[in-house]
Amino acid sequence: MEKEKLFEIKDLRISARNDDGEEVKIVKGVTFDIHKGEVVALIGESGSGKTTISLATLAYTKPGLYFAGGECCLFGKDVLSMSPLEQRDLRGGNVAYLAQSAAATFNPAITINEQVTEAAVLHGRLSQAEANKRATELYHALELPDADRIGRRYPHQVSGGQLQRLMAAMALCGKPDLMVLDEPTTALDVTTQIEVLKAFKKVIREQNSAAIYVTHDLAVVAQVADHIVVLYGGEIMEQGSADQIINNPQHAYTRRLMEAVRPKPESGQGVALSGEHDHVVANIEVKDMTAGYGGIVDGEPVIPILKDINVRVMNGHVVGVIGESGCGKSTLARVMAGMLPPARGDIVLDGKKLEGALKDRKLEELQKIQFVFQMADTALNPKQLIGNIIGRPLEFYHGLTGRKKHAKVSEILEMVELPPAFANRYPMELSGGQKQRINLARSLAANPEVMLCDEVTSALDSIVGANVIKLLTKLRDETGVSFVFISHDLSTVSSFADEIVVLYAGRVVEQGPTDEVLEPPFHPYTRLLISSVPEMRIGWLEDTMKKREMAVGIARGVEITAVGCPFYNRCPLAIDGTCETRSPPVLELNNGHQIACHLTLEQLEEAEAEAQKILLGYEQLGKDDPQLHVP
Amino acid sequence: MNEKVVVNKDKEEEVLAELDAFAELPDAPPKRKFRLSWVGWAATGVVVFWLVICLIGPSIAPFHEMDIDGDDSFLSYGDPDYAPDGGFVANEYGTFYLGTDYLARDTLSRILFGARNTIGISLAATLLAYLMGITLGILAAVKGGWIDMAISRVNDAILALPTLMMGLIVVAALGTSISVLIGTAAVIYATSVFRIARALGLDIMVQDFVEAAQTRGEGIWWIIKSEVLPNAAMPLATDFGLRLVFVVLFVSSMSFLGLGVPPPASDWGSMVRENLAGLTYGSWAAIWPAFAIASFTIAVNLIVDDISAKSGGSLAKKMV
Repeated sequence: MEKEKLFEIKDLRISARNDDGEEVKIVKGVTFDIHKGEVVALIGESGSGKTTISLATLAYTKPGLYFAGGECCLFGKDVLSMSPLEQRDLRGGNVAYLAQSAAATFNPAITINEQVTEAAVLHGRLSQAEANKRATELYHALELPDADRIGRRYPHQVSGGQLQRLMAAMALCGKPDLMVLDEPTTALDVTTQIEVLKAFKKVIREQNSAAIYVTHDLAVVAQVADHIVVLYGGEIMEQGSADQIINNPQHAYTRRLMEAVRPKPESGQGVALSGEHDHVVANIEVKDMTAGYGGIVDGEPVIPILKDINVRVMNGHVVGVIGESGCGKSTLARVMAGMLPPARGDIVLDGKKLEGALKDRKLEELQKIQFVFQMADTALNPKQLIGNIIGRPLEFYHGLTGRKKHAKVSEILEMVELPPAFANRYPMELSGGQKQRINLARSLAANPEVMLCDEVTSALDSIVGANVIKLLTKLRDETGVSFVFISHDLSTVSSFADEIVVLYAGRVVEQGPTDEVLEPPFHPYTRLLISSVPEMRIGWLEDTMKKREMAVGIARGVEITAVGCPFYNRCPLAIDGTCETRSPPVLELNNGHQIACHLTLEQLEEAEAEAQKILLGYEQLGKDDPQLHVP
Repeated sequence: MNEKVVVNKDKEEEVLAELDAFAELPDAPPKRKFRLSWVGWAATGVVVFWLVICLIGPSIAPFHEMDIDGDDSFLSYGDPDYAPDGGFVANEYGTFYLGTDYLARDTLSRILFGARNTIGISLAATLLAYLMGITLGILAAVKGGWIDMAISRVNDAILALPTLMMGLIVVAALGTSISVLIGTAAVIYATSVFRIARALGLDIMVQDFVEAAQTRGEGIWWIIKSEVLPNAAMPLATDFGLRLVFVVLFVSSMSFLGLGVPPPASDWGSMVRENLAGLTYGSWAAIWPAFAIASFTIAVNLIVDDISAKSGGSLAKKMV
């Protein structure tokens, strides 16, 4: 079926000027088309120019950039040469832009409906009454809860995933010809990402509008795109249909990107309990620990985050901690590091109880436990040279100075695969991945026994992140340091960790060796997480939505409850009357594998078999059913 | 449907080579040279000029600042009675390049003498204000708790008083002298420095790199010295230029009220006030010292702006 061409981007060139007034080419002659009713994905790493190109459809560049050549034609008319008045009509009228963060896009002081309808009314596309009607239709189409009235709420009264969908409503309200979606799911949890992707896909189909989808995540692209444009350094490396790029990539760079895509979490990747690392003594252990914020009253934190946590990190092991945002993953690491004293319970290092508060701990205890912060940008002092950043722990803990210190800094830089000359640079002179390596190097310099890594790869591009994981694996093998590796990304954790701890709402719901945790029987929450990790396969989204846990589990946030199992309101297998009132017992399985659930082992296994059967049934029945079907 | 298929094979090897050769590597470290723009250099020239005048001004001045040269007040360049050929005015005492003031003193000499008082007092007071403000501000930010509370409330109390009123009371109680003037100006202006330093300190203290230092077990002084101060320096320097102007004006106001630099010693601020009446006779006697104040304070501001724009201006913005 031949569809009408909507946008033609011809040899688009965008440049900037550096301090010396020289031209720096950002986009170097990009040509592609967008047809009606088609989703074109622009993929590439940061610096590939994907956002810059997508903004050109609005005849807009970020400050400091300028159009150096080429055309960007909407229905054959070049938008770049339009008058400012015409461009004003184009922006928000013909083309709607959805920024990455809905939370930053919405004005917290104005009701949602007013903001959703604003552009459509302003551009005279609809009257206020028509716009309100259309907005409500869109809320229904986007499957928002309480769709008739959600528009009267304020942005902070809806969840993050809902806000992201409301932003789509805002863009679609004026019936634009093209939507530009800039990384709309990147900052979301996997479970929320599915909810948003599903709604976007449905609404784009129904409205028959075209879209540019900007992302670095191939697995997400595989779910929504019809046509894919792969970018590197401001040039097109490869473009073609989604099917062709995903299943038969021709360009080496595309293949490299595919390799870096997080593999489906599978068992058998970790070096679990290989025996070599195995010591009987736990290196660091958290016992019956409860912690939270806002002070402690009667032995309970005012705002409880973690409850009755028991985690053991064996000598030289990697323990992955996973869960959605708000589950208390970072809090756990902060308690271990002494940044947040627990309300109850003990932290034991090498059989010796540690003080809860940082200031009460001994220097050698501090040296043995090192915390690696998530954002290298803020974790490195911009005014210190790399050599001083890495050199300080050497001097502070080990008394190295002068030439000895210098030599050791070079050695550590080489350990994290950076040239020793980097010691004379400032953090701002490094790329994101390099900064993260320096961040790790600083902790390594203390010569620690335990490293607590808080989401160290989350802020990085996929290829860069994959390299950091490779480095961490190497460091573990070389140094024998134990790692606590916190991530919301199950596939990253599963490729690196020996053991996995699944946290939900501040409680450990499942833990054990990686192989055991990623094999049935699952805790229902682990099942949800595993099903939510996008696969790089066209049609995965549709398939996964048929699963039972998705119907119940997504579209709900984490709620911390005082009694019962916190997961019961998202659990497809919840037992009414039991799960919400009593704390679940811990099922002890092989090799220290534990599941906290009211269901018996048999029931969990049965549920798993049932789920497989249902899925299989759907696959046979309705493979080409275009409708998303939720049982 | 879109059937366009492109594979950019030409670039393939190049891209792969880049990826393998550590694709994340930026080409070279950005230039870290300390460079001023021509405006910055010109401003530096002006400031250096005035600092030199502070040192040698009295020895190159044609008259003493207190000499009353005849009774020809408010003479200006080109006055037909005193300069028949046009040009500089003169009488039997000598030539007055910038004319004379209301007491027939040589304006040029008074400016050259006054530089010492005006710039010296202002710089000393501002530096002292910064020393007090930064020390207390960072201390309050780092320590928090009751220390912060105590210092902040006292600071608020001082801030609540009008600056001039405050100065009058202190000087009236302690007597007029240059050291009292410097001390008073320093205390008054330390309050605003305190607020800026405290706000900056609080911002920096919650940064991850400070937390990293804390988890390492670093002491409070090391954290202040190595983590907080280097990051607060640029925004504080930007404020310094502005604060210096305020102090110059404050000192001038005090002098005008007779509580600043005791007459007949000259300072630029009091020179403007003394000679205001001359403006109605077309005299420049009030303009020249005003020009001196403007040239010095604007030049200081331009230097600071230039430095913060060239190096880490973005950071300063982020931090403030």
